[in-house]
Amino acid sequence: MLTLLLIGLPLLASLLLFASKTPAARNLAMIFSLAEFVIALGAWYVFSTNPGSSLLQVNLTWVESLNIHVNLSISALSILMVLLTCFLVPLIILSSFQSEYENANSFYALILLMQMALVGVFMANDGFLFYVFWELALIPIYFICLLWGGENRGKITFKFFVYTLFGSLFMLIGLIYLYNHTNVEGLKSWYINDLYNAGRSLTDTQQSAVFWLIFIAFAIKMPVFPFHTWQPDTYVNAPTQGTMLLSGIMLKMATFGAIKWLLPLVPLGVQEWGNTAIVLSVIGIVYASLIAMAQKDFKRLIAYSSIAHVGLISAGILSANQQGIQGAIMQMLAHGVNVVGLFLIADIIFRHTGTREMSKLGGIRSMNGNFSVLFLIVLLGSVALPLTNGFVGEFLLINGVYQYSALIATFAGLTVILGAVYMLRAYQTMMLGERRDSNITFGSLHKSDKVALMIIALVVIVFGVYPGPLNAIAEQATKEILMLLN
Amino acid sequence: MNTLIALIPVFPLIGFLFNSFLGKKISKNLSGIVASLSVLISFVISVMAFLHLQSSSVKSIIVPVFSWITSGSLDIPFEYLLDPLSSVFLLIITGIGFLIHIYSIGYMSHDEGFQRFFAYLNLFVFFMLLLVLGNNYLVIFVGWEGVGLCSYLLIGFWYKNTDYNNAARKAFVMNRIGDLGFLLGVILIFITYGSISYNEVFSNAGTASTAVVTTIALLLFVGAMGKSAQIPLYTWLPDAMAGPTPVSALIHAATMVTAGIYMVTRSNVFYSISEVAAQTVAIIGVATALFAATIGLLQNDIKKILAYSTVSQLGLMFLGLGVGAYSSSVFHVTTHAFFKALLFLGAGSVIHAMGGEQDIRKMGGLKGKVKITFLTMLIGTIAISGLPPFSGFFSKDEILAHVYEHSKTLWVLGMVASMLTAFYMFRMLFLTFYGTFSGTHEQEHHLHESPPTMTFPLIVLAALSVLGGLLGLPEFWHMTNWMHHNLESVILRPVPVTLEHETEWMLMGLAVASAAAVIYFTYLLYRKYGVQPAQKEEQLKPWQKLIYHKYYVDEIYDALIRKPLDFLASLFYKFFDLQVIDGLVNASGSIVKFFGSTVRLAQTGNIGFYLMSMVLGIVCIVLFLFLV
Repeated sequence: MLTLLLIGLPLLASLLLFASKTPAARNLAMIFSLAEFVIALGAWYVFSTNPGSSLLQVNLTWVESLNIHVNLSISALSILMVLLTCFLVPLIILSSFQSEYENANSFYALILLMQMALVGVFMANDGFLFYVFWELALIPIYFICLLWGGENRGKITFKFFVYTLFGSLFMLIGLIYLYNHTNVEGLKSWYINDLYNAGRSLTDTQQSAVFWLIFIAFAIKMPVFPFHTWQPDTYVNAPTQGTMLLSGIMLKMATFGAIKWLLPLVPLGVQEWGNTAIVLSVIGIVYASLIAMAQKDFKRLIAYSSIAHVGLISAGILSANQQGIQGAIMQMLAHGVNVVGLFLIADIIFRHTGTREMSKLGGIRSMNGNFSVLFLIVLLGSVALPLTNGFVGEFLLINGVYQYSALIATFAGLTVILGAVYMLRAYQTMMLGERRDSNITFGSLHKSDKVALMIIALVVIVFGVYPGPLNAIAEQATKEILMLLN
Repeated sequence: MNTLIALIPVFPLIGFLFNSFLGKKISKNLSGIVASLSVLISFVISVMAFLHLQSSSVKSIIVPVFSWITSGSLDIPFEYLLDPLSSVFLLIITGIGFLIHIYSIGYMSHDEGFQRFFAYLNLFVFFMLLLVLGNNYLVIFVGWEGVGLCSYLLIGFWYKNTDYNNAARKAFVMNRIGDLGFLLGVILIFITYGSISYNEVFSNAGTASTAVVTTIALLLFVGAMGKSAQIPLYTWLPDAMAGPTPVSALIHAATMVTAGIYMVTRSNVFYSISEVAAQTVAIIGVATALFAATIGLLQNDIKKILAYSTVSQLGLMFLGLGVGAYSSSVFHVTTHAFFKALLFLGAGSVIHAMGGEQDIRKMGGLKGKVKITFLTMLIGTIAISGLPPFSGFFSKDEILAHVYEHSKTLWVLGMVASMLTAFYMFRMLFLTFYGTFSGTHEQEHHLHESPPTMTFPLIVLAALSVLGGLLGLPEFWHMTNWMHHNLESVILRPVPVTLEHETEWMLMGLAVASAAAVIYFTYLLYRKYGVQPAQKEEQLKPWQKLIYHKYYVDEIYDALIRKPLDFLASLFYKFFDLQVIDGLVNASGSIVKFFGSTVRLAQTGNIGFYLMSMVLGIVCIVLFLFLV
């Protein structure tokens, strides 16, 4: 019931907003997303009191001939992702309060539609359904970027769309291949456990092939080096809310997918090719961190730093041990919050000063002390200072990768240093020192921005000091996955 | 007792929160009082805890606070440990911390960022307390990085100054290099011993192979190099003098920079097992001690002299750790905290009197004008130079005796470093306080002794610098070395000194004689013959220039690390990423694009239309679901 509600509410809200050209679209969207967040909290409550509750599962037949089911459930892993999604969407909507978009009703309708698809991805237990939600999520974000993006949006969005669609098709082939190998009393099945069994019955060559088919889709979406070149342009050109959806939540579809729809499907494939994939991920960490150092545009800098962070998450997942996967889950949550915070900060700076070029800025601290403090807190979360949310995940991740290979972990660990280098440089250039351009002023924050940033800063600290409850769920989720692996 | 121990870090945290959230609404006085009081309360509790521990037969009290991170077999509780080692550090941190808070009320009184300053200072004390109280390698890491953050914030306290900001960033990044080593060491400890809590790790330390222990010890030491400014990660500390002087005294002399010594002492069993690691620590230590001391010889900035002196003294402490003289090094941490905090605060008082001037070439003859400052700094200078019966004499002598037994070569190098120390310290003293004043008239007119809030801490620290030696009297004098006995339960594999008493007397005599000789030489040079430091760079001889420019190490790092990295960054970006990788993508993309444009013909181009139809489609699917 709750699962259907989680999907149904944003869908209905989205329809409503599409249909009515109400000027209150933004407020309505806010209310709906908050209601959705409450439902998610309810699901969390039900999950923590009674994980097997029938409220958390639904299984309806969709296409009988192909044995496709609407099979949705809330497990340890999915509740965390659902919570992240439903926590971030209201924040993302809040972050738009100072921007006026044309056809606002469609804009917010698309955000909510996207939320529906994302939540669907995280709850789907049917391979076909997973794929449908996966692709469905691409459509609203495509339009958000295309219609409300910056200049050049046509070309850039098209590239993004085609690139990721291209990857997803490989995944579809992989899934169909597995589907064809399922055999449940003579019938084929899309049910995830049947797909797991099918995958594990394959030879290691077959598993290797399926591994690459599916991994490519995830690698493009995260993105992992060298499949990342669509990302910086797309992030920079998308409207801020689009960037937040992409980086905060959508890329987690891929890391989530790697945990649930890759590792247990083809364990031999992971064994065979995991090493290559980890090496690519870790190259991405160092490579993207270095490139982040060369950026002049703050939004682009965050985009590259995101590639670095995701590289570590990906490496942790593929190292396939308790600390690696759990760290990945924790970091997915932390990164989601922090990257949304950073893009909000970039947006605030842009709205106040009219530029994102760091070298034109400077001295913002002396104009707005509170903003600089909030920025610093989010920054510290992003560079994973202990007692911020970023640390728990990063420590576990490096730990997990170290168990896989000490050498690779040392390279991966360079993020500890390089992250501090580019983030502090950026902070210093924009915030500290004297004002470079006397035309640039920076007044006090708008209320909505302040509230959003304060919530994010609070989360950065609270979940860094006391990750307990979320961490326990992440631990359990990891154990469930590892049980499937062994 | 447990609750009290858990409360020790809480008060500075409250002070921090109070000053951060209410700072703008309250007066400077209230802010300073609350901040100082919060540290004072922690000090009082620390004293109680210390006395409790001394009178009790139980030598370690573990205080669980909450469960922090769990992951499979990895269980990291947020837990405190009170034992003889941590209790000594608690007293240093809160005691000297309190004095420096008091001092800062006077020193910072004219600064508009007063409340912010105290907020940072309180936060620093909080993290420093976590660092020494943590009962496992991750809680210490929380404090470790936390004090690094505060150091960053305080070095760049005057955030409009780009040089200061650069210094702050440099400190943070260099520390992070060390921190990566530390972090990897912690992870290897977990993988090796299945735990990162001190007790479990240390009691099983011997079960791992020596190679693994060596790796762990060296990785941890990389962390110590960063935090405690050892070669090659020391260059941030002299730059860190950009921060307000009380910060230099508290963070960059008395407490934070000794965190590396604390951590190595805590982990002493690894270094006792691994000969290689211990040897490395000793060599890096002595090299740093010598190297920094030579740089100190020709500096003219009063704070820079003290900064290089700190780097050098820390090197000496690591030399001690490397030869197994753990308790001696902790003893030296203690006495050094007294006299170096004193010297920095004294320097602050001088700078205060001089209206911000830090160049000793522009001072001279100050002793009559700032009497208390002069007398207390004289005491500090004698103490650091190693003349009996001042505190520095005892602790340094103890380290050098251990070193002598371990290796004569290291001992000679250590002695040379000590002699250099006596030279540059007395050079500073003579040039600052004796001779004739060479500053501006305005400065001369402005000269005044600092207010009592500043002189009171100086007097207390001076007294401690005199008496600190009582904490570790030489055993061969048939007296009790309290520090040594105090730490017995912490040092798991102690290395006793087996020198003949005659040898010990000889070493002590040599140390005193050499220090006295150097001081006399310095006196001749700067007082009798009135040698003045070069006013302009051209007057320097080539070797002096080399030293004056700190052997160009900053420039070398810049050329070897920073520039190549920046070059690599733009090469990767502009060529590799935009041209090569994206070029390939676009090339293959153009094929796809061809199909894309074909498909596009089939579409109406009315976006609103197909948005609507898409959503309708979804609705149909949903309806279909429920009808079926």
